[in-house]
Amino acid sequence: MIRYLIFLIAVLLPFEVFAISAEDVMKKSQAAFLYQGKDFKSRVMMKLISKGGQERIRELSMLRKNFGEAGGDQKFFMYFFQPADVKDMTFMVYKYPAKDDDRWLFVPAINMVRRIAAQDKTSSFVGSDFTYEDVSGRDIQDDTHAMLKEEKLGARDCYVVKSAPKARDVDYSYKLSWVDKGNFLPLKEEYYDKKGELSRVFTADEIKDVKGFPTTTKRTMKNLHSGHRTEVTYTKTDYNSGIEDSLFSERYLKQPPKKWIE
Amino acid sequence: MKIQRIGHRGQKTVSIGDLPRREVRLFVVFCLLSALCVLLSSDAIASDVSLHGFVQGNYSFSSRASNPDGGDFKWAEERVQLKLDASKEPLRLFIKTDAFYDHIDEKAQIELREGYIDYIEKKWDLRAGRQIITWGLGDLIFINDVFPKDYEAFFSGRPMEYMKKGIGGAKIGLYPAFASFEFIAIPIFEPNNYTNARRFYMFDPMPNVTNREEKNPPSNLENTEFALRAYRDIAGFDAAVYLYRGFYRKPYMMPDDINSTTKITYHYPKLSVYGASLQGRALDGVLSFEAGYYDSRQDRAGTDYTAPNSQTKFLVGYQRQLWEDFTIGLQYYNEYMHDYSEYVKNQPSGLPKDRKLYQLATVRLTQLLMHQTLKLSFFSFYSTSDGDYMLNPEIKYNFSDHIWAAIGANVFGGGEKWSQFGQLDRNDNIYLQLRYEF
Repeated sequence: MIRYLIFLIAVLLPFEVFAISAEDVMKKSQAAFLYQGKDFKSRVMMKLISKGGQERIRELSMLRKNFGEAGGDQKFFMYFFQPADVKDMTFMVYKYPAKDDDRWLFVPAINMVRRIAAQDKTSSFVGSDFTYEDVSGRDIQDDTHAMLKEEKLGARDCYVVKSAPKARDVDYSYKLSWVDKGNFLPLKEEYYDKKGELSRVFTADEIKDVKGFPTTTKRTMKNLHSGHRTEVTYTKTDYNSGIEDSLFSERYLKQPPKKWIE
Repeated sequence: MKIQRIGHRGQKTVSIGDLPRREVRLFVVFCLLSALCVLLSSDAIASDVSLHGFVQGNYSFSSRASNPDGGDFKWAEERVQLKLDASKEPLRLFIKTDAFYDHIDEKAQIELREGYIDYIEKKWDLRAGRQIITWGLGDLIFINDVFPKDYEAFFSGRPMEYMKKGIGGAKIGLYPAFASFEFIAIPIFEPNNYTNARRFYMFDPMPNVTNREEKNPPSNLENTEFALRAYRDIAGFDAAVYLYRGFYRKPYMMPDDINSTTKITYHYPKLSVYGASLQGRALDGVLSFEAGYYDSRQDRAGTDYTAPNSQTKFLVGYQRQLWEDFTIGLQYYNEYMHDYSEYVKNQPSGLPKDRKLYQLATVRLTQLLMHQTLKLSFFSFYSTSDGDYMLNPEIKYNFSDHIWAAIGANVFGGGEKWSQFGQLDRNDNIYLQLRYEF
């Protein structure tokens, strides 16, 4: 009888330990990482660093506004300061959870706004080690999520979730995420390629409290195959600053308002 | 408007409109500089000033044959551009000025590319001065972009931004909730710039007539050009309608006597354009439609051979990313001539005849490599009705965040000796663009 009970407890144990499902962890993580506040703005400095140490700079203002709940529609507005050949360019994305994004680019030299056809799943964001999906998020239901374990990463207690894409639409076979149990921010992500080898690693290097929202203000994505990495710093970060719906329009792509791009 | 047929035109003479235009431009520069002084002096703390620009070398070598005048370069220049941007809400001043040295004509010059003042309110804005305006959806095919182009820049391997010329005028933007509007008034006519007869071989139906003159529409209220664009989102598609009342920017030939011509006058016939466009996500890419009716107001019956017949123009375009950082763009364009039988009846026997239906296809391939610092691109025009083509392969590399270089080629051929690209057959060139940007 006792042996039977022990066996029963042993069988049930894994289910009892994980009081929250892997999918719920990823949903909460998405909400904490990409959907906090009604709106968000930041000055983003990206350093693209080659294996040999050569640096290139991409500096932009990023504004984001939510339309609906976490996981719902969002609009992004970006203005580029650097490098010089893309200065004054603006870029706008309407992001929808279940279908492809709409994207527009403004080219100041010829005063032209045009739609661009890039796919966000595999495209690098401005040549960095981040893809568009890394910047603006990936739909939760595009992956199958499994809870692997709980462990400490540094001083933080984390869930470790394995996410495998349902379709073959990305260039990795699965991803491991270390999600902070306290604030649900991803502290580390490992991307494994089709051969099962570790190919890219994301780390959250600095987390600050901004208006009560824990915010990843420094992050790195490293490509282990090429040795190339991208370090990103967010400054002048703010939430709920009242970004108007009208900002996300052709008018303001052509004439970005000074108050939002400082 | 497609890349226009350059033919029927020889040496360019001094334009009658040049003198007053130059004075007007100087006046505009004076006004802009005065405005800058006011902006800067009034309250320097609140105003926001930036200065950027580039230093550039641009050379294009004639690879197929020496130029008509014996030279070997289509283009050879060094250029400095300064962009001054000063703003203090609700005003903004922008000046983009180039200074360059042209090695072919051995002259230095200053060119005001753009210079305008913005006044910005919540529901409307105004931009006054010299400005570049780009309308429509075509990739190097222009239907509702009725604003001036520089085809010489395009065929000589200059950076793409030099294909667009500014207009001197005012633009009012209105932004009520239901749609957005751009209304443009252009008091001073600006023609397209075509290839220089000393540098480019072009078809000329009357090479022996040397007495030639160009006549711009005089600047007055009646000749002021007006353009309107209204646009909004319709079910996720970007929809726009366009209206234009003004002139063709391509010169048309008017011989003094068609049977024994001693003098050719180039003029710019009256034109109105009514158009629409639609663009959105479809078929895993971006799909575009654009159409326009060209109402040739001086030749509605189609009987005057010195002015074009009315036309209907239609474009369908599709672009899609096929794999990481590789994009393909396809376009198909039709130009249908109205009253074709009248055109055939009235076209003088010595002049080539256009087709009733002109058709053009384009392909653009773009591959970015090395963290998007290396760009390989290929663009081609091929006319399925005329059989002529233009090919433009290019490699561009950003050596650093400040320095880039591009090497490319323009190759022309096929068709007839008067067709759009066929006439440029002997003008193949290889070009280099080198720029330090700051």
